[in-house]
Amino acid sequence: MDDELKRSIILDNFSNPKNKRVVDDPSYLTSNTNNESCIDNIDLFVKVEDGKIVDICFNGEACAISTSSTSIMIKNLIGKTIKEAKAYVNNFEAMVNEEAYDEELLNDAIVYEDIYKQKNRVKCATLPYTGIKKIINNLED
Amino acid sequence: MNRNDFLMLNQDIIFFDNAATTFKPVSVVNAITDYYNKYCCNAFRGDYKIGLIVDDNINNTRNLVKDYINANSTKEIIFTSGTTEGINIVAAGYFRKILKEHDEIILSKGDHASNIMPWQRLASELNLVIKYVDLDDSNYVTLDNIKRVVTPNTKVISLAYISNVIGDLRPIKEITNFAHQNGIYVVCDASQSVGHRKTDVQDLDVDFLVFSGHKMYGPTGIGVLYGKKDLLELTDPINLGGGMNETFTDFDYQLKELPTRFEAGTLNIAGIIGLGEAIKYINSIGIDKISEYEYKLREYLVNKLIKLDYIDIINLESDSGIVTFNVDGIFAQDVAIYLDKYNICVRAGNHCTKLLKDVINVRNTIRISLAFYNTTEEIDTLVDLLSDKDKIIREML
Ligand SMILES: Cc1ncc(COP(=O)(O)O)c(C=O)c1O
Repeated sequence: MDDELKRSIILDNFSNPKNKRVVDDPSYLTSNTNNESCIDNIDLFVKVEDGKIVDICFNGEACAISTSSTSIMIKNLIGKTIKEAKAYVNNFEAMVNEEAYDEELLNDAIVYEDIYKQKNRVKCATLPYTGIKKIINNLED
Repeated sequence: MNRNDFLMLNQDIIFFDNAATTFKPVSVVNAITDYYNKYCCNAFRGDYKIGLIVDDNINNTRNLVKDYINANSTKEIIFTSGTTEGINIVAAGYFRKILKEHDEIILSKGDHASNIMPWQRLASELNLVIKYVDLDDSNYVTLDNIKRVVTPNTKVISLAYISNVIGDLRPIKEITNFAHQNGIYVVCDASQSVGHRKTDVQDLDVDFLVFSGHKMYGPTGIGVLYGKKDLLELTDPINLGGGMNETFTDFDYQLKELPTRFEAGTLNIAGIIGLGEAIKYINSIGIDKISEYEYKLREYLVNKLIKLDYIDIINLESDSGIVTFNVDGIFAQDVAIYLDKYNICVRAGNHCTKLLKDVINVRNTIRISLAFYNTTEEIDTLVDLLSDKDKIIREML
């Protein structure tokens, strides 16, 4: 993917993020990333039915990279089983940590393939993943 | 001013995060390396010549600090690791002994975590009440608002002299005057002021004052706790150990006099020497000259920023080199990262002042904090980069 396209995907997900809204529904599992970063703050709301993620929303104040990364993650995770979601998260983390990963699984999240070059941005891109792991790692595959 | 004194400025960098820490002049760095390279040994125990140089230097720094803040005596000057440790000693070493249930402490939401959390712990231990003074329309602390929260139970007011996000200079002298008429102690966090503005503890009449060396062109890991002598006499040291005990037996000990009793263990000797050199350096320029110059720089910056209608300046007027703002629609950290691409260092975030968001309604801001080695040319470069919002958005990723 060329840099212009990556930039426009990131900006688009930043300006029009997927499912940015607060949910007040006890059937959603929640997590907050306040402790992970002293600046970005993202709340995730995840609804799981029969071992499958059926909805994810988020809310919070975060930078362009965190916000867009959250939006892209949400698009990619809705509809996945917990097992698939875990595999996707591992794959994304492998990419930003410069380890071997499967491009196919990542869809648009591939826009962060070079993020490791910007040390001060790695944490931003992975922030929603830190949040989602707090939820799905407690669930059976 | 004096840019040649700072090797950090030899590189292509514009440093606007001086409220976090300042650069160190060559004289400070040399004094520290001289200690390690020429007379490295421990303090107050050597029976040899180089040990005496160390002792002299420690005493010299204590004297320099005393004169710099116009304390009465070197007994009132205690070396700490920094502001944070200083406030913790004051809260846990003095106020834990004298405060009682339902006593009240007045703080401000514009203050740093280190001037909030030690009091919160004390409050929960002793069942005290913390009250936050209302900030005025400019987010300043005023004496009138202090008077509004004071009650017969108020025992302590603890405030920064200059706050680290709003940059307002608090009317500490007037607050102290009023507080003392009402039997209230005043603790002052001078970390943001001591390198930028004259500090006279006798004139301010504060009971305790703390600061860090690293925000005044000195090294990290060294700071000062000033306390009035009669209060320090009643303060318990937090650390016990070598150097500060007069004698100890199997089950008992006796502490040395002030200030030694607060300085257990091997001192941060290099830090103390560096701090002394930093004070000499500031004195060689003149603290008033530094204040005036930094204030002019601030005005220059604000007058330019104010012309950009998508920039929202949080502290239009303040009496320090701190200018805090946001770029409309762009997250503070994205702006900071954009500027970093041009080697301009600014700080984005809540600046350890997490309670301020309740007052200013924004959680994160961009903070420029100036020092005397900054220039109008540097400000021009910054403002040029901020003058094109589309460019920020294009390049922030
Ligand atoms: C107002 C204020 N108080 C306290 C501190 C803490 O100082 P230190 O980290 O040197 O202990 C800071 C530093 O950021 C500050 O700005």
